[in-house]
Formats: sequence, C-alpha cells, structure tokens
Amino acid sequence: MADRQYELVYILPPDTTEQQVTELHGQVEAVVSRMNGTFDKTENWGRRRLAYEIGPHKEGVYLLDVINGTGDLMKELDRRLKVMDQVIRHMIVRVDEEKNVVERTQTTRRTKSERRRVKRGLPPQRQPGEGRPAGDMDESDDDRFDGVEV
Amino acid sequence: MPFGQGRGGGRGRGDKKVGDKEKGQRRTLFRRRKVCKFCADKIDDINYKDVKLLGPFVPERGKVLPRRISGTCAMHQRKLQVAIKRARQIALIPYVTD
Repeated sequence: MADRQYELVYILPPDTTEQQVTELHGQVEAVVSRMNGTFDKTENWGRRRLAYEIGPHKEGVYLLDVINGTGDLMKELDRRLKVMDQVIRHMIVRVDEEKNVVERTQTTRRTKSERRRVKRGLPPQRQPGEGRPAGDMDESDDDRFDGVEV
Repeated sequence: MPFGQGRGGGRGRGDKKVGDKEKGQRRTLFRRRKVCKFCADKIDDINYKDVKLLGPFVPERGKVLPRRISGTCAMHQRKLQVAIKRARQIALIPYVTD
C-alpha cells in the first residue's frame, strides 16, 4: 500500500533549548525511521504566543514535520508523543488527500483558462502587464464584515 | 371584529413595509454585495497553519463567523470550519475569549 502523508505539529515549552529540541526531534526521527517512514519537510516555527494557556505555559516552541508513512507509524508516534511530558501539545493530520484535491482543482482551472484564452486567440499564458494590476484587488478586507452582530 | 382588526393590522404592516423598502434601498447603496473571499481570490487550500487567512473569520469572541455575515460559500465555509478547528487544537486560534 502506498504511504500516506501526514503533518505532525507539536509544541514544546518556551524555555526549551536548541539542544533539547534536536534531541526530541531525534526521538521522533528514530520512530519514523524504525517504521520505514520518511521525512518530507521539517520546520521550526520558533517561539510563538499560544492563543490560550496550556497548563502553565503562555508561549511555546512550534515544530512541524511532514512525514510519509503508514497509519501504524503515526499511531505509534501519537502514542509516544502523548507519553512525552516535554511535549505540551501535538496534532497529527493526514494531508495527502487534500493536497491531491487542491492540485486537481488548480490544474483544471489552469487548463480551462488556457482553453478559453486559446479560443479567444490569445496565448495560453497570461502576459505580464495584462489584466488588472495585482494591487487592485486589495481593498481593505476589514469593511466586508461591517455590521457584525454575533 | 377580529377580521377587520386583522385587516387594519395588515394595512399597518403594509405601511411599515414601505418604510422598510426605503431603508432597504438606502442599504443597497451602502452595502457591498458579499462574495466568497476564497472563490474571489481563488484560494484552494484553506490551511490550518495560515492564521492570517483564518483570522478575519474568527471575531473577538473566538466563534466562527457565520456565513450570512462573511458571505463565504458553503463549500469554503465547510473547509474553513475544519481549518479553524484544527488551528484551535494547536493553540493558534482561541476556543473562547471573554
């Protein structure tokens, strides 16, 4: 069975040192490689303010991993992250299906517009300087919800 | 007679309706037609990591902005809802703020 793609986001306490971060990431890596998974991308968002307090913490170090692997791998990873008390919050999301949908809609849109443009006798790609300038659409978004009553 | 009264009331309401209509016309002058932001800007991927994108749809209280106010289309509201809920889980967006 083909591997699935997952995104793993986890939050560490704000006082975590670089070294601890790499150490913890090493633990994640160990699990992933042991269960034949691969990393697609690793991101460190650094320290961010939490939208709400988690235990005593008001800030956290965010880490993102994009992992290709099986469901069993993610299950194991989830279990381990739950146990680790340095991790204050984590979330695993499957992304491959949504990614495909997005790609498909983008390609269909592109091919459709190309077909339309060719029919009108234009080159398939948009030429520079054609159409409205990019900044034109950028009316301030704030007044679109005027009269908000929630 | 109740019937008569009803009619009277009806007329009364009718009068009010005229007033509403005027108001409505004035409104249409001011109100911009609401369009789905994601359709208009061709945003296909509503991602939970993009707080900047989700921010305007989560007003102060922390609730999801209803479709009738934001004008988002049904499909995108659905995706938005999922994204907001995910963002809440990892503390990017608050559940509630008092």
